[in-house]
Amino acid sequence: MTKPESELTWKDLEIGSIVTEPGNASQYQTGDWRSQRPTLNHDRCVKCGICSIFCPEGCIEQNADGYFEANLFYCKGCGICARECWTQAITMMEEEE
Amino acid sequence: MAKRVGIEVSLAIAEMAKLANVDVVAAYPITPQTHIVEHLAQLVANGELDAAYIPVESEHSAMSACLGASAVGARTFTATAGQGLELMHEVLYVASSMQLPVVMTVANRALSAPLSVWGDHSDVMSVRDTGWIQIFTENGQEVVDNLLCAFRIAEDPEVLLPVMIHLDGFHLSHMIEPLFLPQPSEVEQFIPPNRYPFPLNPGKPVTMGAFAPPIIYSETKKAQQANLEASKAVILHCWEDFGHHFKRYYSPVESYLSEGARVLLLTMGSFSETAMAAIDKMRQEGKDVGLLKLRLWRPFPFKEIRQAVKNADVLIILDRALSFGGPGGPVCSEIRSALYHEQNRPKVISFVGGLGGRDITVAGFEYIVNRGIQISQTGSEQEFEIFGVRE
Repeated sequence: MTKPESELTWKDLEIGSIVTEPGNASQYQTGDWRSQRPTLNHDRCVKCGICSIFCPEGCIEQNADGYFEANLFYCKGCGICARECWTQAITMMEEEE
Repeated sequence: MAKRVGIEVSLAIAEMAKLANVDVVAAYPITPQTHIVEHLAQLVANGELDAAYIPVESEHSAMSACLGASAVGARTFTATAGQGLELMHEVLYVASSMQLPVVMTVANRALSAPLSVWGDHSDVMSVRDTGWIQIFTENGQEVVDNLLCAFRIAEDPEVLLPVMIHLDGFHLSHMIEPLFLPQPSEVEQFIPPNRYPFPLNPGKPVTMGAFAPPIIYSETKKAQQANLEASKAVILHCWEDFGHHFKRYYSPVESYLSEGARVLLLTMGSFSETAMAAIDKMRQEGKDVGLLKLRLWRPFPFKEIRQAVKNADVLIILDRALSFGGPGGPVCSEIRSALYHEQNRPKVISFVGGLGGRDITVAGFEYIVNRGIQISQTGSEQEFEIFGVRE
């Protein structure tokens, strides 16, 4: 997409609102749906990666230090990672806190 | 020069779809449309038409299959009626908003309950706002002529919208009429091959019908509205070119002896034929009456309607559908609303009649006109009257 969605006018749309650029759903920020944010306690984390396997958004990736961290551009704050974490290293924090 | 043949209108529709060389037909039989798809199935089975015929399990599936076919760039045709059109309902919106140029004939039929297989416009009116181009016809020749035009209009790269051709169930679908069908070479000349710009292709992937959050949905609908409005110019040009080729002429609002008439009757579909006979009779008796026939239902021809009625005192509109609890027939409501801001506008009188296949005769139309004139003078406590109902 040449412009972000918020700047597109009706005249910018392709016929039938067809999206001609494959894979551009990655530009869609689902992170702003979030009311709770996963926070990682690095002392408890054993770097097993179970959180990334269960993440329905597929937005948890291993960083250079080996920790698994959520990409907050996409993370919707569902809390599944916190629920599944074997060592309870992930805590869901209210966004306003 | 085309040869005139005696043929049932439903079969002529199938023959015209064959002449248009459709690639895919996905359909489910339903009275009074069955003969159309039955004959098409036969043409495909006999090898006379090289097309994929998809016998589906419902009209919802029929229209869905049509969308898929249209999305790969196939020329796609189907037909339905009444309950079948209702079952397609949600998919009709998808066809128009994804701009897939499906062409469909609808043999207009009353809706249940009680069960009626006979004709009226209740089915059409329930799909009024689905974003399809909608054209009404009054005899078999108009059906096949406008079906030919429908393929060209739908697939025009400036339009790319689905088109419904409405014909009254039984009153037209089951008539045997002497019709001119064009020669294959004339059809080839009149409708270019389908040039759908984004045919589904794994080598060039696109997303159709994508998810649209609130930030973009309004823009998609504005684009759809603008596109349907703009299709009118292409429709007019197509009819003009059709007239040039075939010497039969069509326009959004057609008139019969309406020039200068103080009282106008307006009808849609096959009943216009009987209404013309009634107008002839009343004219001979010296009555100042004329007839308007609304052909283009969507996009609605505001300019032409305003022009056609501007010198009349009374406009009597016959609807073949009810808007329960509403202000009158759906056609009447729209025309009234279109005239509201006009300086000089006729009194608009609403009648509903011809429901569930009931005929209106010449005498019936005479009554409607005379009663309409009376109401225009005395007023009425009712928003509309149902013609011919036993009290």
